Amino acid sequence: MRYGKTDVLNGVTFTARRGEVVALLGPNGAGKTTTIEILEGFRIRSAGEVSVLGADPAHAGEAWRARIGIVLQSWRDHAKWQVRELLAHLGSYYAPYSTARVARPWDTDDLIAAVGLTEHAHKKVRRLSGGQRRRLDVAIGIVGRPELLFLDEPTAGFDPEARREFHDLVHKLADSENTTILLTTHDLDEAEKLADRILILAGGRVIADGSADELSRRMSTQAEVRWSRDGQRYVHSADDATGYVRELFRQYGESVQDLEVRRASLEDTYMALVREAESGAPARHLSAVA
Amino acid sequence: MTATRAGFVRGWIELKQTLTTPGDVITMAIFSALFLAVMLWTRHTTVPGTQFSLGTAMLVSVLGMDVGFNGVATLGGLLTVERDDGTLLRAKAIPNGMTGYLIGKLITVSGTVLIGVGIRLITGVLLFSGLALASAGAWLTLIWVLLLGLLATLPLGALLGSLIPSARSAGLLTLSVSGIIAVSGIFYPITHLPHWLQWAGQAFPMYWLGLGMRSALLPGTMAAVEIGHSWRHLETSLMLAAWAVAGLALAPVLLRRVARRESGASVAARRERALRRMG
Repeated sequence: MRYGKTDVLNGVTFTARRGEVVALLGPNGAGKTTTIEILEGFRIRSAGEVSVLGADPAHAGEAWRARIGIVLQSWRDHAKWQVRELLAHLGSYYAPYSTARVARPWDTDDLIAAVGLTEHAHKKVRRLSGGQRRRLDVAIGIVGRPELLFLDEPTAGFDPEARREFHDLVHKLADSENTTILLTTHDLDEAEKLADRILILAGGRVIADGSADELSRRMSTQAEVRWSRDGQRYVHSADDATGYVRELFRQYGESVQDLEVRRASLEDTYMALVREAESGAPARHLSAVA
Repeated sequence: MTATRAGFVRGWIELKQTLTTPGDVITMAIFSALFLAVMLWTRHTTVPGTQFSLGTAMLVSVLGMDVGFNGVATLGGLLTVERDDGTLLRAKAIPNGMTGYLIGKLITVSGTVLIGVGIRLITGVLLFSGLALASAGAWLTLIWVLLLGLLATLPLGALLGSLIPSARSAGLLTLSVSGIIAVSGIFYPITHLPHWLQWAGQAFPMYWLGLGMRSALLPGTMAAVEIGHSWRHLETSLMLAAWAVAGLALAPVLLRRVARRESGASVAARRERALRRMG
């Protein structure tokens, strides 16, 4: 993908499996939105190969579009529409694409209940609060019961409660609807909670690909061991934490107290990876076979 | 097929919304009242060279203007506003959503025009004298001028709406349409304008819409003050048809181009710009 003469994406290669939740992480300008828009068919790439649900998004038709869900951020659109009216209307476009396996669209009232907007069903869109509006965005994104759902920074501006509810909804979609979900986020905690797999994008490249656990294990082989003995606190970084702890017990036995073994957090891993990629150092290629 | 039906439903819902939104109704009422005041003011003035009420002639010409103004400026304006606020992008994210969106817009704007024309006709019958509504021919002419007029102006509105870069410049569209109205013989017979302005006026559909409406609803003798002392039905239908063909050929190409360019990032960028201006 190229703007003018600058390649903004270069070497973004990944695959998502059915029902998998994949998070695209990366600093601003890393190419997250560009990647997602190419996959949505909203942006034409300058080179490379893309296949989404078996079709090239740049040339895919309306039947393909019906299997994709995109959660867009609402701003002032459809302000005069009532929540229920809007969802019923937008859902009606999906009816011809209903199959024996996937009944489209989602029943309007069930959908409103699923996103927790039942008591606001007859409110006008412009009367909704920010959080309610965002839930409506999600409802619009999934009204056609998509097989693949794109979420671009879905919880930006959410309070912790709204964020928790949203996470539950995403889990529900992935587990009970078997929806494949691709989301971008700045929030490491969110990526760790939601995603089966995390892709880290920096400088237009995928610099890491794996589960949160795999990433931190691969990035840092060292773990931090903390304990106290006779009222004195100790910290030690060890390559082989298990072996170190075993030795510790062998030597001091029961006088070892308050033992803690901490592997590098996702945040540590992320910061280290991004810093490494941005400094132009030869990137360690982290890839996990899922 | 589904998208067509969805488009009709959409058009109907948005038309109802327009009619039940106080802001929209008040704007419409204020403009109608202003025009009505001018017409009533000139009710006893005569069209130069005749004994006919200038107010009545104006009322009829304004029917034509309603079609032209709404078809071009209202539709074009709505398209730019809804491109900015992300409505168009939502339509794009839905299967056949663009088709439904466009049909919806055409229905809403046509509905607004028809309601406006209806209200003006009723006012005309109640408050003005001289309208020739008794013949079937009058109604027939009214209907074909209305339909052909919508066909000539709606694609043009869609086309201009797609060319205008942002909702902020949509005012330019209203301004240019107003400029064209001034040289289209709506408020005063075009024959009193300098020759070159008469030619300029006749190049646009607005003049022909006004002429068509006058030919439908004014007595036949009033043709005497028109160019060529004739209602020129053939020329009217040819000119409106030409605009319709040109618009229908070009509008889909431009609309597709606009739709192709829409993405979450472009809407977000415009939102940011707008919020910066507000803040």
